[in-house]
Amino acid sequence: MAVLIDRETRLVVQGLTGREGSFHARQAAEYGTTVVGGVTPGKGGSTHEGVPVFNTVESAVRETGANASVIFVPPAVAADAVMEAADAGVALIVCITEGIPTLDMMQALQFLEGRDSRLIGPNCPGLISAGQAKVGIIPGHICREGRVGIVSKSGTLTYEAIHQLTLLGLGQTTCIGIGGDPLIGTSFIDTLRLFEQDAATEAIVLIGEIGGTAEEDAAAFIRDHVRKPVVGFIAGQTAPPGRRMGHAGAIISGGQGTAAEKMAALSAAGVRVVQSPSDIGTAVAAAIAPDAA
Amino acid sequence: MKIHEYQGKALLARHGVVTPQGEAVSSAAEAGAVARRLGARVVVKAQIHAGGRGKGGGVKLVETAEDAARIADEMLGMTLVTAQTGPGGQRVSRLLVEEGLDIASELYLGLLIDRAAQRPLMMASAAGGMEIEQVAAQTPELIHKVHLDPGVGLAAFQARRLAYAVGLTGPVAGKAAALMQSVATVFHAVDASLIEINPLVVTGAGDVLALDAKVTLDDNALFRHPVLGELRDLAEEEELEVEASQHGLNYIRLDGTIGCMVNGAGLAMATMDIIKLSGGEPANFLDVGGGASAEQIRNALRILLSDTKVRAVLINIFGGILRCDVLADGVIAAVTELGVRVPVVIRMEGTNVDAGRRMLRDSGLNFTTADSMGEAAQLVVELAATSKGPP
Repeated sequence: MAVLIDRETRLVVQGLTGREGSFHARQAAEYGTTVVGGVTPGKGGSTHEGVPVFNTVESAVRETGANASVIFVPPAVAADAVMEAADAGVALIVCITEGIPTLDMMQALQFLEGRDSRLIGPNCPGLISAGQAKVGIIPGHICREGRVGIVSKSGTLTYEAIHQLTLLGLGQTTCIGIGGDPLIGTSFIDTLRLFEQDAATEAIVLIGEIGGTAEEDAAAFIRDHVRKPVVGFIAGQTAPPGRRMGHAGAIISGGQGTAAEKMAALSAAGVRVVQSPSDIGTAVAAAIAPDAA
Repeated sequence: MKIHEYQGKALLARHGVVTPQGEAVSSAAEAGAVARRLGARVVVKAQIHAGGRGKGGGVKLVETAEDAARIADEMLGMTLVTAQTGPGGQRVSRLLVEEGLDIASELYLGLLIDRAAQRPLMMASAAGGMEIEQVAAQTPELIHKVHLDPGVGLAAFQARRLAYAVGLTGPVAGKAAALMQSVATVFHAVDASLIEINPLVVTGAGDVLALDAKVTLDDNALFRHPVLGELRDLAEEEELEVEASQHGLNYIRLDGTIGCMVNGAGLAMATMDIIKLSGGEPANFLDVGGGASAEQIRNALRILLSDTKVRAVLINIFGGILRCDVLADGVIAAVTELGVRVPVVIRMEGTNVDAGRRMLRDSGLNFTTADSMGEAAQLVVELAATSKGPP
């Protein structure tokens, strides 16, 4: 079992014919993901990386039955790509693109309201269900099928957590990078809910960063709705103040978005918060009851 | 991207926001001339990006053109230290000379993106001229908020509601509401991430003006505003940080002795954290990004080593897109070419890690390698303590 993606996932790659799109489509297919096609306006009718290319997401979905999309298009057109995928009824949209204008993203998120699509990202590494499918850029070879769900704002720090769990033999169910942008499609809470319901996930790793209040919101949700053990780490404990966020940004949150506040909120909600990023794996091992076997 | 007050006011004025009469100058003679043209009473304001200028002595009210010139002469070239500049301060090279107003009341107006609501949020308060975070902490009921609909912007009724909420009445409320709508228009027109007017003033004659303006632009949207990109003032930024950004690197200089080079912002922050937990102090934050080339690695190492406080370097790379063999190649080339004299600890993991490690071992250079982040941090802290640094 896993969440969001599995062996049933049929993936279309928006921006397939670009350098990144080609590389990661190949990597996803090698990992075992069913890549059914790509979209590059103007290149419809051709074949690339062994799959058909379409001019529009709508035609790609119609012809291939795609139920997930991953976006590797440049930032100026990425919000449009998100809306196109949602309009075509793609259930899971994963936007890897970094550097999308905030107002573009705001528009795209409004477009998604009332539609059935879920957006992961943007500016994220995507997700991987160990041994089943990967959508995005998380390296497959560091994962191992297992018992822990990971959700993270970060990219490479997620890989670090995955690596530690693999070395300890715990493995992962699904690892999700939700992205560190101010505006994102899927929150910590959305993924915590999924992991709580997933039978195969025995523990959850939550990796946050300074800024915003997403970690505090997650803490409140965990306190009330999550029974599985959660291990938390917040990056930026030593980041100098004043370099991280605008003045008024702190006001809406009613706080400063510091690591200390986030760690305190998570601890109060029963999360095992580790100070050192190298302790994530061992904290999970301690949290999971030893196998009866 | 931050811009100066005078630049922000020009953007606001272009969209109908009333601002005081004034002009930016860079010499005492010009300041005197502008003051003479404006009439007797003027305000001389240092143009630096940091706030808190008034308390730091960067805002002065003067009664004559001669005084304006004299104050301008004092301010130009001075290093202004405010609560937001850090102890090093910021050199003043431009001033804004503006008409002095007959101020009846001071308000606060701010517009920014509310992450949680995923909407722009306009905030207004009758407690203007004060630090708004102080108002938020002590008297949050004095801050009134409305969210903007992405398709509509700030509706007229929302602007009126805010104007009445902060205690304005009659024609003054109408003028304030119109100003708020203009601010919302500017926000969208320039892809701002923050517009703060503190204070927004009502004059004795009942006019409503933006007495200050803090405008931050969305870096990601500058590609569609090439003219706004030219408002960037490189003198306000750390030289090495500017150079790093030109190479696609995200570098922030800090005060410690351990230079860090990491891929990914989260891992870079976590690396700083673990250095500190191990008893060391990071000299910088440096994110080389997900797909760095050998050339970028070379630039990154050169930039972090040009900080002479650096006593040891920690390279922590989790290779996903960035392959470990490419990293090793870049590091070996850079260390050879730059003649690096300080100890270098490398921890790498991920794609092609075996090839990368082999290359480092066979290079004949004196690298210390580590298998985990914890081990790498321990090693680099020990080495930094005993290293004397570059001769």
